[in-house]
Amino acid sequence: MTALVPLPVLLPLLGAGAALMLSKRPRAQRAITVGVLAAIVVIAAVLLVAADQDGPQVVWLGEWKPIGIALVADRLAALMLLVSAIVTLAVLLYSIGQGMTGDESETPVSIYHPTFMVLVAGVSNAFLAGDLFNLFVSFEMLLFSSYVLLTLGGTAARIRAGTIYVVVNVLSSMLFLVALAAVYAAVGTLNLAQIAQRVDDLPDHVALTLQLLLLVTFCIKAAVFPLSLWLPDSYPTAPAPVTAVFAGLLTKVGVYAIIRLQTLIFPGSPLTDLLLWAALLTMVIGILGAIAQSDIKRMLSFTLVSHIGYMIFGVALATKTGLSGAIFYVAHHITIQTALFLVLGLIERRAGSTALLRLGGLARFAPVLGVLFFIPAMNLAGIPPLSGFLGKVGLLQAGLAEGSWLALVLVAGGTLTSLLTLYAVAKTWALAFWRSPEQAHEMMKLLPGTGDAHTEEDAATPQLVRHRGHVHVGSVAFGERDLAEAKRVADADEPDRDLYQRVMDGSLPDRLPFSMVGPAAGLVLVSIVITFVAGPLFGFTDRAAEDLMERTPYFSSVLGEDTP
Amino acid sequence: MQVNLTLLVVVAALMGAGVYLLLERSLTRVLVGLVLISNGVNVMFLVASGRAGTSPIVGSSDPADMADPLPQALVLTAIVITLGTVAFLLAMAHRSWQLNGNDDVQDDVEDSAIRKLAIDDANSDSYDLSTSGQHEDDPVEEGA
Repeated sequence: MTALVPLPVLLPLLGAGAALMLSKRPRAQRAITVGVLAAIVVIAAVLLVAADQDGPQVVWLGEWKPIGIALVADRLAALMLLVSAIVTLAVLLYSIGQGMTGDESETPVSIYHPTFMVLVAGVSNAFLAGDLFNLFVSFEMLLFSSYVLLTLGGTAARIRAGTIYVVVNVLSSMLFLVALAAVYAAVGTLNLAQIAQRVDDLPDHVALTLQLLLLVTFCIKAAVFPLSLWLPDSYPTAPAPVTAVFAGLLTKVGVYAIIRLQTLIFPGSPLTDLLLWAALLTMVIGILGAIAQSDIKRMLSFTLVSHIGYMIFGVALATKTGLSGAIFYVAHHITIQTALFLVLGLIERRAGSTALLRLGGLARFAPVLGVLFFIPAMNLAGIPPLSGFLGKVGLLQAGLAEGSWLALVLVAGGTLTSLLTLYAVAKTWALAFWRSPEQAHEMMKLLPGTGDAHTEEDAATPQLVRHRGHVHVGSVAFGERDLAEAKRVADADEPDRDLYQRVMDGSLPDRLPFSMVGPAAGLVLVSIVITFVAGPLFGFTDRAAEDLMERTPYFSSVLGEDTP
Repeated sequence: MQVNLTLLVVVAALMGAGVYLLLERSLTRVLVGLVLISNGVNVMFLVASGRAGTSPIVGSSDPADMADPLPQALVLTAIVITLGTVAFLLAMAHRSWQLNGNDDVQDDVEDSAIRKLAIDDANSDSYDLSTSGQHEDDPVEEGA
């Protein structure tokens, strides 16, 4: 069984090479990449069963037993691997449906598929890594492919957003290297299990320094407040499937690294209070940012940041139930966040935009899209009986069981965040799907500067209130950027009109291709399945959390039976 | 553990200069800053790996005198990764120059929106919170 462990890393790398060679034959390229990802789903499922029944599966590459590179698939890693494999397969199928295969004029060479494969290899490697340097290398692999995917086509907007993303991430990688040097100097090894055993002998202040360095690095990757400010600006500019896989997976790799760090190397650390505060601020400030947005993509990016807080909350509690809840929440959140961004890509294709200002009446024109958006959106908000509700209840119960005042504050903060998430998605639902397109169009025409023979007196009509740089129409506030957008739509030529105008002159695109709706629907279905198997899944995450708390299964399987 | 002071000073100088350049607007300078920082980190790795010694080849000398080869392998990997990053950032700087005629790192869209909000706030002479609309004699601010 252990022979399977390196395959989730090796297969996509080989697939990347093959896809690069076959860039002139898109059909063969697609067949290879889809085949590789489907194989990884199967391998991850087998590893999950094996890790659950026989304990962690370990491979020492090249048999360099104590000093080489170890790949470890324990319960947590195998679960992450399976979820990420399912999600990446869905995203790949979706992007094939979208026709992102190289015949698009934007990209000169067919680089999407090879880069995507390297990304998958990096993510798998990060989950399997048994030593810190291998973790660093896998972070670099996935970051590098994310740089390429984010700036695909090299348009001005993507270069602008990409610059900040690249510089922030390169800087965090440098910090990671500093941390590695410090760890090596302090304990003389980079193997996670060996560090964990030797770190107890260090003086407290040295251990604390090491932990802080690593924690800051991982918090940048996981977008934990206040190190999250790079995220909401960079993600929304990428193509829809790319944003989907970034939002679903990349931040979760950081969360996974934090879980390993906090449970394996520094259990019972003095920094848990700090992490709890960070979780609270991440949740609340993230969701307040989401409410302020008038573009669905940006709104979802902020909810992504906000819900990272739940996972950090579970990790920081450092109890079995807390960890179990966090692991469950990670698995659930990867699925629905990716599904939401895929559906958003469909909305953009159908309606031509994701700005709330331009949308309206989608429930009438695209009822299937409505259903596909509604289910994961409600799941995100934690409406019972969906899996988001179950995950949040698990976390809140863990917080109540812990019982310190800070944990109780976080329980309150988590509940508040959940309600505000409901508000944010309900607002989106009401504006983009529920109101009629005529209403949306009229509301937009009310805004000043839309060129429809509006004078300054019109701007002071009762429906329209100006306050602190925002214009309030009815109960909705629009910022300056929306006004500029409204002006652009009103004066627009054919292609840049809002949904109402496009419906009226019949230029709305045809039905969406099944090859795009299918994968998105499949992922929504997976999120529903998670709800149905929540009982067994919680049993599994409980066992995974128990492993993490005990640590001995990890030590003995990595380092051999003779170690204490 | 004994630490080589000269190397530490070199690390500090490289990192300090790198951070200074990183705070610049031009992407090329940011890039040079990143190169300096990464070299600083690499030297720091060598400091952390302990004292220098003989080449670590079995049989050539007493194992106690050998240098630790592992950190050097790690530094080598880090150098290769940095090389890739520098190439990519150079390409981005070039693309930015193609598109805009400069390689300045541009503002976050939301940041500039918020800054504009603050300016509007400062210029506005009314903080009327009522939802019934503005009074006839209130000046209408020119925002859009």
